[in-house]
Amino acid sequence: MNTKVNLAGVELKNPVMTCSGTFGSGMEYGEMIDLNRLGAVVTKGIANVPWPGNPTPRVAEVYGGMLNAIGLQGPGVDVFMERDIPFLKQYDTKIIANVCGKTKEDYVDVVERLSETDVDMLEINISCPNVKAGGIAFGQKADAAEDITKAVKRVSKKPIIMKLSPNVTDITEMAKAVEAGGADVVSLINTLTAMKIDIHKRTFALANKTGGMSGPAVKPVAVRMVYQVANAVKIPIIGMGGIMNAEDALEFILAGATAVAVGTGNFIDPYTTVNVVKGIEEYMERYHVEDINELIGAVK
Amino acid sequence: MSTSESKKTKKPCKILSQECIGTDIYSMWLDAGEIGKNAVPGQFVSLYSRNGGKLLPRPISLCEIDKAEGKLRLVYRVTGKGTGTEEFSRLHAGVPIEAMGPLGNGFPLDAVKGKKVFLMGGGIGIPPMLELAKNLDCEKTAILGYRNADTFLADEIGKYANVVLATEDGSVGTKGNVIDAIRAKGLKADVIYACGPTPMLKALKAYAAENGIECWISLEEKMACGIGACLGCVCHTKDIDSHSNVRNTRICKDGPVFPAEAVELLTVEEQRERIASGHQTETCACSRVKIKED
Repeated sequence: MNTKVNLAGVELKNPVMTCSGTFGSGMEYGEMIDLNRLGAVVTKGIANVPWPGNPTPRVAEVYGGMLNAIGLQGPGVDVFMERDIPFLKQYDTKIIANVCGKTKEDYVDVVERLSETDVDMLEINISCPNVKAGGIAFGQKADAAEDITKAVKRVSKKPIIMKLSPNVTDITEMAKAVEAGGADVVSLINTLTAMKIDIHKRTFALANKTGGMSGPAVKPVAVRMVYQVANAVKIPIIGMGGIMNAEDALEFILAGATAVAVGTGNFIDPYTTVNVVKGIEEYMERYHVEDINELIGAVK
Repeated sequence: MSTSESKKTKKPCKILSQECIGTDIYSMWLDAGEIGKNAVPGQFVSLYSRNGGKLLPRPISLCEIDKAEGKLRLVYRVTGKGTGTEEFSRLHAGVPIEAMGPLGNGFPLDAVKGKKVFLMGGGIGIPPMLELAKNLDCEKTAILGYRNADTFLADEIGKYANVVLATEDGSVGTKGNVIDAIRAKGLKADVIYACGPTPMLKALKAYAAENGIECWISLEEKMACGIGACLGCVCHTKDIDSHSNVRNTRICKDGPVFPAEAVELLTVEEQRERIASGHQTETCACSRVKIKED
């Protein structure tokens, strides 16, 4: 049975990875699960300098999901390179560093630095709904998304994944724009902009007022978007949005995703990623699927 | 890095008993196996709802630990109709509940011998004081703050410490909060351990600083992962944190117990101002200049 998939020349032992921002750099979950079981670890967003993030409360529960407005708190690229890359290098898994910035120059700066390291791929976050400058500013206009893709591609020695926002009218336009800009892979979806109000305190549940919604409630939206994008671009897709088990992951793969990522599912059960890997193998056995690549986009 | 080194586990734990011990206050014993065997006072566990719509774990502090038997006692407040805690309160002995733990770091237990210690609990911050009282070998006074005469756990804590009560309505003990009780009684201590609402902890932090008393406080915040990965439950810190590299620390992983002088208990507005001013990432005056030049 073959569970290996290929993303822009990088071979993953299986298609299961983590969603940026839900897994740190793997140290915390590494205490509970075997990181060697994962196709790749996608790190929390890395900026050129330390970012403090948003005020608390930063998370809230909604029915079937959650909201977050962490605000891309991070230690900065120097600490990431000194501490986190050596940690992840101990494991037999691919390292995908997620990059965030406020300006085009910030992104280029971090991409240049990380190009010289042992990370396998770079994922560019142009879709965080929780920071005012940067992030989403590049992720909701096709020409801006294409422009930032070109800028990072120009300096990157690693394959580039562009992470897309679902908070747009037509996700295929965004996917086509980053493909035209030279993106090697596209990942989707980031969180859906949302709000929760505490009626007893008469205030917002999150200090940031709005946050990004994730979890099983967003999965059908994400599957639809992956399917649309699969029919609009030729580059491979990493599908994510509410994956809680192998069945969810297989929906994304059948819709056209070459790889899948678990985000909020980690919070509900730290063993989710490993269980998804196992569950995909069981599914392949049950239906006599020799090669997982046969399943990618099999539902037309 | 072997995963067998890990002490944290998520597993179904059989409920051994469930009892209402006050208005909306419930006491539940769990057969928690290795979670209980590895637990120390001041830690917490995450409990999971069976309702697929309520995804996030509910962090609940440990009220009593039976290490030998791997049993844990959780005393918790039902926070409202249709909540996860209401669901927990309706689960009977014999049924399993999904729990992850032990989480966070406990209270420091060493170096109190021969010292006078205050155990200060406010409302649902009182339960961890019971296990702490059992584990401290020194002169202990528990100062417990309640809304009214519904003084759950006070008698049990009284077996291990002198108990002083404060109630908001004045029905029992000193009228007011735990600090009012210390002042009214002229009590003195060398070390304070506290858990309770943020205004109480804020007042204690100031009291400890004024009087030069060592003070350990247990904090609370909305959490998601519970193990330090998501950065949902951070608290502002006085100094740059060694893990986060900013003036933030993770309550679930690096706490929930902190030295009072190390953390800043700020309102949303105050947090916003600090973030906007650049204070959260500033290491010293020189680094600020460098960032500007860049």
